[in-house]
Amino acid sequence: MGTGILVVCEHENGTPKKTAYELLSKARGLAQELGGTVNAVVIGSSNAADLGEYGAETVYTADGGDFTSGSSGAWVAALQGAVAASNPAVVLGAASAKTREVFPRLAARLGAGMASDCTDLSVDGGALIARRPMYAGKAFADLKITSDVALCTVRPNSFPGAAPCGGSAVVTDLGVTLSEADLAAKVIAVEEPKSETIDLTEAGRIVSGGRPVDSSDNFDQIIRPLGAALGATVGASRAAVDAGYAPHNEQVGQTGKVVNPSLYIACAISGAIQHLAGMRTSRVIVAINKNPEAPIFQHATYGIVGDIFEICPLLTEEAKRQGIGA
Amino acid sequence: MKVGVCIKRVPGTDSRINIGDAAQGPDLADVSWEVNPYDSFAIEAALQLQEAGTATDVVVFTVCGAEGDAKIRDALAMGKKGTSGASKAVRLDDAAFAGSDSLGIARILAAAMKKEGVDIILAGKQSIDGDSAQVPAMMAEVLGWPSVCEVTDLEIEGGAVKAWRQAGGGKREVVSLSTPCVITADKGLNTPRYPTLPGIMMAKRKPIEVVDAAGLGLDASTVGAAASSVSVTKWSPPAARPPGRILEGEAADVVSELITLLRDEAKVL
Repeated sequence: MGTGILVVCEHENGTPKKTAYELLSKARGLAQELGGTVNAVVIGSSNAADLGEYGAETVYTADGGDFTSGSSGAWVAALQGAVAASNPAVVLGAASAKTREVFPRLAARLGAGMASDCTDLSVDGGALIARRPMYAGKAFADLKITSDVALCTVRPNSFPGAAPCGGSAVVTDLGVTLSEADLAAKVIAVEEPKSETIDLTEAGRIVSGGRPVDSSDNFDQIIRPLGAALGATVGASRAAVDAGYAPHNEQVGQTGKVVNPSLYIACAISGAIQHLAGMRTSRVIVAINKNPEAPIFQHATYGIVGDIFEICPLLTEEAKRQGIGA
Repeated sequence: MKVGVCIKRVPGTDSRINIGDAAQGPDLADVSWEVNPYDSFAIEAALQLQEAGTATDVVVFTVCGAEGDAKIRDALAMGKKGTSGASKAVRLDDAAFAGSDSLGIARILAAAMKKEGVDIILAGKQSIDGDSAQVPAMMAEVLGWPSVCEVTDLEIEGGAVKAWRQAGGGKREVVSLSTPCVITADKGLNTPRYPTLPGIMMAKRKPIEVVDAAGLGLDASTVGAAASSVSVTKWSPPAARPPGRILEGEAADVVSELITLLRDEAKVL
């Protein structure tokens, strides 16, 4: 049985992601109850030492060549090395495109139990309890993991308010050598997005449009400007995506992205159960809908009964006037 | 090239999931079942490979009891005139499988894929009941095969595979690998076809092989509840939201009230 917590910290061009700080801060609290230290592992070239300020005592690194390219097999090998070096009881990572590919393989390699996409972590009787949504958030399960090491990924924005603790970290290169098998699936290129966007699953603010938006042009003229004015990422309902008004990667719901922002504005979205499943954990929900009977109003923090073609442009103007998204 | 496709039957997206008992989990007696939507993308991808002449055979796999047969037939019914669709299904069913965690299910499927001699495995990126998104990549690891998850574009030529996946922030990774391998499908990979009447008729005659642990040559102590390291200690419904507030008045007033509330009361702006 291991001790302490190993946090897998992701970064964007060398700068640790917000999720890395969220997890380190949470891990500090958990380690006080579970015992042991908090350590971090970073793959690819990054400001690893910064993580010490948030509680990592040792930061394990694997950098250069195939680690930088982001091939998942290289990640699995590096994380396996970090687990061997720090012998943790728990490995934490943010639920992300990368960890969804890497963590299950690591779990299988270690013979470890894993909880995906957790929304809360707590300690009960000296054991970690991972709470996670199932059935797209229609139910929650508390999981106990009994393997020597437990793997958990955590939904972004689950632990807001990360705070530095003024520590400093020892940075140690893992010295992992990659085999041919580790690189059997190789990232050969990364295509950049046409415009700079924050991933929906990590976004703090989201503006979503439904089927009544009625065209991709209207998405561009009504929904996207509102998103820009509020500093929000744009999402869409399944009906809007299936109608071709918005791309697949913007779909929020049970068969799209499951999101967890502090603010979710649903524009002409009725609130079908499969859509609610994708956004019901949002901290504040605003519903704008012509139909006062729309189920979305039962879940909304604030509701406006009205036409999005009237309300949204006014909201965009008001947000701009007040410099909200700036 | 023989393609194995993993499927699972799940409660439909419009199902209400009621937690009757914190210890027992959801009561699924009244839900309507469907083939996991992401698995439909995997089946469609397999059938497109068959129609392109790349795949010589498509076999559907599931871990389930006999109650799953109806949905297996749905999967077997995809395919169109002239091409047969999947030739058969393998249903992995043994009392020893009950209570398996994701790794246990991955071991069962991996053993079945090996026995069948498939060259590539396609699966949905996650099943929309458990939502763990663990089994396919675990299965790849158990087999020692490379994997790419959440694929939205796929090219296969001979044994060479090129897969595109969303990497976050709008970026797409292009991944190169070769068969044998595991690919998981995301929405956007294709548009699954509806079964045709001839397809449905044909599916009734297709075999569903039922295979148990012994038939797989699988050590039963590596699967099932005893081998599981993940257990549910408590089920709960989603937290109830406090009642909301409808803002009323002239559109311009309502809009500025909303901004004020979001900024000063909810503190999210």
